[in-house]
Amino acid sequence: MSHPAILAAGAAATAQGITFWLLAVISVVAGLGMVLARRAVHCAVLLAVVMLSLAVLYALAGAPFLAFVQVIVYTGAVLMLFLFVLMMVGVAAQDSIVETIRGQRLAAGLAGIGLLVLLSLTVGHAVIGPAAPATAQFGNSNVQGVATLIFTTYVFPFEVTSALLITAALGAMVLAHRERTSPKPTQRELAGRRVASGRPAPLPGPGTYARHNAVDMPALLPDGSPAQQSVSPVITSRPDPGQLELGGGPSGAADAGTTGEREEARW
Amino acid sequence: MVTPAHYIALAVILFVIGSVGVLVRRNAIVVFMCVELMLNAVNLAFVGFARLHGNLDGQVIAFFVMVIAAAEVVVGLAILTAIFRARRSASVDEANLLKY
Repeated sequence: MSHPAILAAGAAATAQGITFWLLAVISVVAGLGMVLARRAVHCAVLLAVVMLSLAVLYALAGAPFLAFVQVIVYTGAVLMLFLFVLMMVGVAAQDSIVETIRGQRLAAGLAGIGLLVLLSLTVGHAVIGPAAPATAQFGNSNVQGVATLIFTTYVFPFEVTSALLITAALGAMVLAHRERTSPKPTQRELAGRRVASGRPAPLPGPGTYARHNAVDMPALLPDGSPAQQSVSPVITSRPDPGQLELGGGPSGAADAGTTGEREEARW
Repeated sequence: MVTPAHYIALAVILFVIGSVGVLVRRNAIVVFMCVELMLNAVNLAFVGFARLHGNLDGQVIAFFVMVIAAAEVVVGLAILTAIFRARRSASVDEANLLKY
């Protein structure tokens, strides 16, 4: 081997070491943050950090195929599923600090330390030698190597996996299915209900004829009074009084200048 | 120089973090996330062992673990949505009807 080649190999090893230690620290810190963060969304984001750093570590350890599968399946699909369910369940939900079982956190921490000691002793006791010499299997022909194994040695587990995936998809559909307790209203019933409600026309959109067309701005009726019905009840119930005044609510109605502007805005 | 022992040590640490999270957290979704972290840690160990032995069997096993994890997440989250719909809560303390 010539001199520059040895130098290049040394530089590559150094770069590998730097990448490993950087990602190891990032993933451990993000993992700890995931356990400690109180909001579930923060946990999901930190889990994404762990998964992405693990994907780079896979690539570093000679598994480029797994690195891409990790990004696509875990960060792409599994984490998105988590986020979807989080949005359904309530994104602002926080874990309560109150312990339901007394001393549970202490016991869990002790169990964690015990597990860490046990695993460290086991791993430390085992003689883990240096890596086998790198072949093309861990580089350019990794995909071919994995494919050969999957479709020869592991072909039966691979086929069983498809049955598992179909079962899981069916199970998810059955579990997430909601039985309808009341019959679905027909279009005729909906129309009748609408006429009977005394307001057959749709509600005005927020901001109609008003100064702004922001969602929190009530529409103006022909007599210049704001139509509170036009603002979504979700926004009305939001405890932010400053926005309501900015939007020209009832408090601004007494102001002559505002009324004049409204008159202008109406036409 | 990064050896397979480094990967396995990192996998041990991440696995312990995930298991402590499963024990400590009350939100069922976060518990699931911690389970995913444990599965990821084991995958990292598999990849490290594959590198150690110089064959790809470990990587194929890690691939199968990913498939199983995806299926598990789908069913688990469907159960969670069903529980949430019935009980309006995603806390593991609320679902205790089978306790006695």
